This record gives sequence, structure tokens and C-alpha cells, in this order.
Amino acid sequence: MSPSDDLSLIEPGLPRPAGPRRARVLAVTSGKGGVGKTFLSANIAAALARLGQRVLVLDADLGLANLDVVLNLQPKITLHDVFTGKVHLEDAILPAPGGFSVLLAGSGLVEYSRLTPEVREQLQRIIETLAPRYDHILLDTGAGISDVVLYALSLADEVLVVATPEPTSMTDAYATIKVLATQQARREIRLVVNQVSRAGEGKVIRNQLQLVVDRFVAPMLPPGAPVPVLALLGEVLLDPAVREAVQRRRLLLELLPGCAAAKGVEGIAAKIAT
Amino acid sequence: MQPHTDPAPNPPERLQLAAALQLLAHSGRELPEVAAVGRVAWMQAVLDALCELSSRDPLTGLANRRQFELALASEIDRVARAGEPALVLMIDVDHFKKINDSHGHPVGDQVLKGIAQALRDCIRPMDTLARFGGEEFAMILPNCPPAFGLTVAERVRAKVHGRSFTIAPGLQVQATVSIGGAFAPQWVRSSAPLWIERADQQLYRAKAEGRNRACLETPTVSLVSAEEKGLLFGTSQYLEME
Repeated sequence: MSPSDDLSLIEPGLPRPAGPRRARVLAVTSGKGGVGKTFLSANIAAALARLGQRVLVLDADLGLANLDVVLNLQPKITLHDVFTGKVHLEDAILPAPGGFSVLLAGSGLVEYSRLTPEVREQLQRIIETLAPRYDHILLDTGAGISDVVLYALSLADEVLVVATPEPTSMTDAYATIKVLATQQARREIRLVVNQVSRAGEGKVIRNQLQLVVDRFVAPMLPPGAPVPVLALLGEVLLDPAVREAVQRRRLLLELLPGCAAAKGVEGIAAKIAT
Repeated sequence: MQPHTDPAPNPPERLQLAAALQLLAHSGRELPEVAAVGRVAWMQAVLDALCELSSRDPLTGLANRRQFELALASEIDRVARAGEPALVLMIDVDHFKKINDSHGHPVGDQVLKGIAQALRDCIRPMDTLARFGGEEFAMILPNCPPAFGLTVAERVRAKVHGRSFTIAPGLQVQATVSIGGAFAPQWVRSSAPLWIERADQQLYRAKAEGRNRACLETPTVSLVSAEEKGLLFGTSQYLEME
């Protein structure tokens, strides 16, 4: 059985987004929640914007979105209104403080926390419509490995897994990587290690994850299928500045530029931009 | 239109009950004799009997699809409010057309009745069992822990598989069912069509995998084994020292 044969989650016959388009779609995910996924999405987007890139962050955490909280936005129009046809897609795209655009889901969209054919269709349509207008589309996914999250990941060109040195986070990141390798046949999975206590810890964690992937995931793959390579995009130091930015609901790059964590984020963005 | 059986001319303000009463009589339902014809208690009994009639499948006596959807909607309310697990099973008779084609429709009906009885023998009082349509049955199992789901579905499948239905002296027919099941998303207000669709997906899977089997939707879990965790954390000290 090839990985693409496991269609329990991905609709058979659903075309992978293809054809001409500009934006690289990057899904940001983590397995475990609370590891700074949304915070990183927002700040990476701001860093990319500073590099002159056109960036859209799409809140793909449809059941329990909080990109609006991180950015201190009170959206009147959300994806919900687009899904229900109340507003045009264009009207739901909002400017965010860091010079990028956002499409917010708004919280409490329980209807969309399950992967209905409608949600699948809408998400795909939205991404395809917007791709020509941006250089990067970031999909900020929800925690866990629900079918909505996996579907959002399947729409992305690249997947970025955020982990922290915490054992639970590493375990959940590994679980996510395992699912991506076995169900979506990813050759490369990008990794960011957040909240490291010293420089170089990210690389240790990346190597450790890769070791387990090679030992345990590779044998699960059908012959000839690629064993995913974990590409470390960077690490972000545990930095009190982050807490302050989060509490004040400001972008780190705007509130405290130049701090250690901000430099880490900028390094990650630079790698994404190339 | 049914012919009018009441010989007395009905003034316009009187209710036209002939058709309803004929329907009830045909279904074998007897109205209580305690109430005089035309009185409120009698009228209530007529309405109750009609409601009952409209919620049953005439062949098997099970709840019909209308009643099933009503029960499903209230189960969704309960799940959303209380977060209790609830399982829906869609049960389809395997190769039912073959039974009909080789033995005739009356035998097909007998088999459906027999299967309905087998299914009835599997359920708890609070469960809802319905004939969903054609040769498809459906079950709602409130408060069914996810860990037991497959066991329950498998028991239902085995119950039907273990029976043979005596159609006529010397004629026994056996039938099997394929079962697909899905749990309601807890704490989430889902919709009845979506819940049924998810169970149906599993039913298709059971059919595709060879029939006479039960498949349940498994939440996407990626279990990380103790060995994997051991490697993930066990040697990290060593690596850091390098």
C-alpha cells in the first residue's frame, strides 16, 4: 500500500493543488498546542513582510482560532462569513499590524471543526484564489492531528512543525511527522524549535527526531517511498521578551526588535524567503 | 381518496376521520374502548396511534427513518451539551438483491424481518434501532464508550451472521450484514447528515473490504510506542555530551 492509498482522511480524487500560482503555501503545525505556533506564524509573517514579501496568514485553526488574539484584532468579518457566502473573500482579508494580511477564522466555529466536504472545498478554493496575489501563504493550523489539520497540511507545499524541548511537545511533533510521512509522503518536513534554553539545542532535538524517524518511520514506508528529512529552519531562544509581547498582544518584531527571540524569528523568515 | 364509510352526512365543522380510522384499522391498531367515540380522550388516542404509526416501519415494526432522524437530532443535542460519547451504526444487508432475485421479494421481506429481530436482540432499552431504508438499518447507541465501539458493532454483525431465517419448511436463508460506525464528536454540535455520512463512509469501507464485517471510524491517533519514546529521549543526554 502506498501512502497515497490511505484515503481514510484525504478524499480520493481530490486534486492536489497544482498549476500556475505564485505563493508558496506553508502550513505551520505542532501536534501539541501551546508551543507558540500562532505566535511564530504571526511573527514570521511580519519578518517576511519586512523582507519585502507579500504574505497572507490564514487562520486554519477553524474550531478554536486565536490569531486574532495574538494580533489584537477584533474582526467583524471572518472566514465563517466567507464560508456561508455572506461576504466576498476579498472583504474578509484584513491588514495586520506587521505589514501582512490575515484571514481570521474567529473562535467557536464548531461547525467547521470537522472536515466536511464543504470545509474541504472552501479551504482549497480560498487558497487557490489567493495564491497568485502573494509570495507566501501561511496556514496556521490547530493543535493536534485532527482531520481538519491534516487536510490543511495536505494543501500546503511545505509543512513547518513547531516543537519545544519539552518531552510532550517532542513526542507530539514526532507523532505529527510520522503521520505526514506515512499519509502524505512528505520528502522534507521543516522544523522550528521554539523556547530553547541555549543556542544549539534546536539542532540536538532535530537530530534526535531524525534518528527516531529513520529507525521507526522508515520501515513503515512502502519500498521506494522517501524517508522524510527534517530540515531545521532555526531555533528561537526562550526569551522574556516573548512573554511580554504576547501579554501586550503585540508583535515581537515591533515591540522588541533586536531581542534574541526576534533574531531567531528573522533567521527563520530569511530561510523561508529563499 | 378513500371512499367515505360514514353514512351520516358530515356538517362542515366536523372532523373527517374516516381515512385516519381506516389506516389505523388496517395497521391492526385498536383504539381503547374506555373513551367514547368523539370525546377528547378518544381523539387523543387516535392522534397517539397516528403518531405511533407514522414513526414505525410497517414491515419490521422498527422505528422508521423519520423517527430515527428525530432521535439522532436529540442525541446530537445531548452529546453537544453533556459531552457523552454516542455511536451511530449503519447496517446494510449484504447482497440483498441476490436474495430477492433468487427467492422472490416475499422471502426478501421475511429476511428483513428476521434481521430486524436479530438486531432487536442486540440493543439496550435506550438505544434506537431503525430501518433506515431498503435493506439498510441504523442504530443509535447513546453513552457507548469509544473503547467498546468495535466490540458492540462486531457483536451485532455476529448476531446476524449466526442466524438462519426459516422462510418455509425446508427453506432456510442466511444473510450477513456490513456495518459502518462513527462516534459523535463530543462537545461539538455536529449535524445529523454529517454524522450519518461519516458512518456511511465506514460502511463503504466494510463493503469494500469484503462485507460481513464492521468498520468504525477511528479518530486520527498516531500512537508513539515506548520504544520510540525511549529512542527519542533515552540517548539525548549522550548526544548533548558530544
